[in-house]
Amino acid sequence: MLEKVLVANRGEIACRVIRACKELAIPSVAVYSDADKDMPHAKLADEAYQIGPPPVVQSYLVQDRIIEVARESGAQGIHPGYGLLAENPEFAERVANEGLVWIGPPADAIRAMGIKTEAREMMRDAGVPIIPGITSCVLNADGAREVADDLGYPVMMKACAGGGGIGMQTVNEPSEMDDAFTSCSRRAETFFADGSIYLEKLIVGARHVEIQVLADDHGNTVHLNERECSVQRRHQKVVEEAPSPAVNPALRTRMGEVACRAAEAIGYRNAGTVEFLMAPDKGFYFLEMNTRLQVEHPITEMTTGIDIVKQQLAIAAGEPISFSQEDVGINGHAIEMRIYAEDPVRFLPSPGTITRLRFPEGEGIRVDTGVVEGNTVTPFYDPLLAKMCVWGPDRAAAIERGLEALEATELEGLKNNIPLHKQVLDHPVFRSGELNTSFIEEHITGGS
Amino acid sequence: MPDIIANMAGTIFKVLVQVEDKVEPGQDVIILESMKMEIPIQAETAGTVTEVKVEEGEFVNEGGVLVVLE
Repeated sequence: MLEKVLVANRGEIACRVIRACKELAIPSVAVYSDADKDMPHAKLADEAYQIGPPPVVQSYLVQDRIIEVARESGAQGIHPGYGLLAENPEFAERVANEGLVWIGPPADAIRAMGIKTEAREMMRDAGVPIIPGITSCVLNADGAREVADDLGYPVMMKACAGGGGIGMQTVNEPSEMDDAFTSCSRRAETFFADGSIYLEKLIVGARHVEIQVLADDHGNTVHLNERECSVQRRHQKVVEEAPSPAVNPALRTRMGEVACRAAEAIGYRNAGTVEFLMAPDKGFYFLEMNTRLQVEHPITEMTTGIDIVKQQLAIAAGEPISFSQEDVGINGHAIEMRIYAEDPVRFLPSPGTITRLRFPEGEGIRVDTGVVEGNTVTPFYDPLLAKMCVWGPDRAAAIERGLEALEATELEGLKNNIPLHKQVLDHPVFRSGELNTSFIEEHITGGS
Repeated sequence: MPDIIANMAGTIFKVLVQVEDKVEPGQDVIILESMKMEIPIQAETAGTVTEVKVEEGEFVNEGGVLVVLE
């Protein structure tokens, strides 16, 4: 096992990783910006180091400073959490070159999944189904029209260097192509410094279903079942659940095998998630691979009994995965609700000071949070306040427990999306399990 | 002519206009980044840019003036 771990992140995920370290008796090191000195993650670790001013480019993204803290504190490994430096192949490489242990996948695996067109090509060659479309970029609207004519409308236009839904655009007919190309390419240029785009067939009514995988240095790759993440706003997940109401045991086995094949094709190690779009006919297609710990990992932990962060730490230390595929079962049903500091109607962020905060506790409730009452939520970081996760013996019981937990939560001082979660969980369409990625758009207004 | 102001605190992610540009109502002039979300700030009225008060990377408070129109 590792002797000391630096957690190069903040908020709830830093707290989550520090807790796993504590349970394994591994001393932990936190880093914090000037804006975060009173935040729980800075206090929970055995040691904490100030790393710079509030903006992430001057603190949490400063590789030199983080390496320096690792040296100074004598940390042996670095856990990047998610976001920030987690999917930065140069940093992963540098950590390894410095003789430190990177608690994540090899830099080459991160790189392989970073350029979306190349990832599509690699997956296709590995026998993983990809969404019909091209694996190279188009140069102009005429080129895009040619591809779309082949695929048939509607099509989805995406940034080659993109991900996370940024710059995605639906094109319904040829006449929309010029404008779509111009705006999509401009957005890609703005956000990824690369204006190239590619096209996929739009799968109408698709769900977002993803498979959690783990791979070690001893040739073992296993999957920990699926998570359903169709409830999204602005292409970002809001509510996730495991298992998916759309997946039966046979389909689960098939998707799991495909996800493991995808991971093996790129020499993957540690924890990762293979995201799929699932068509209404249950056909599933590779979307992207997240080469890190996923925000919604707790619902997998709650239904499998496997602690993914502890597995990450063990794998990084060179140990084999402590169980085999046959040992992975599903116990009951879990739902995660992402509590964001944001206006629940317009989805705009809402910084401010938390004047009151009470989360319910009890059987079947797990709250992963990185804030306490009195903390100020600043504009510098993402708006995630907490992940409220509930478990029940079946889906209906989990929904009921979720509604009770939301009702029992007291959060004052800033706008938040608890009213939206209540609407989602109580909605007949959500209860029916007949979800697709347009669910919020079509059914939820967000008001209380 | 009303100045274009930040409707929330954040960091200037992109400045999309320069002095002497003509803008239309509803046109994006600045992209503000707050809580990891990019928020386009639009001109409410038509006009000509006489001054851009902010630079990319700069932090602005809610209500801060971003662009002056004439």
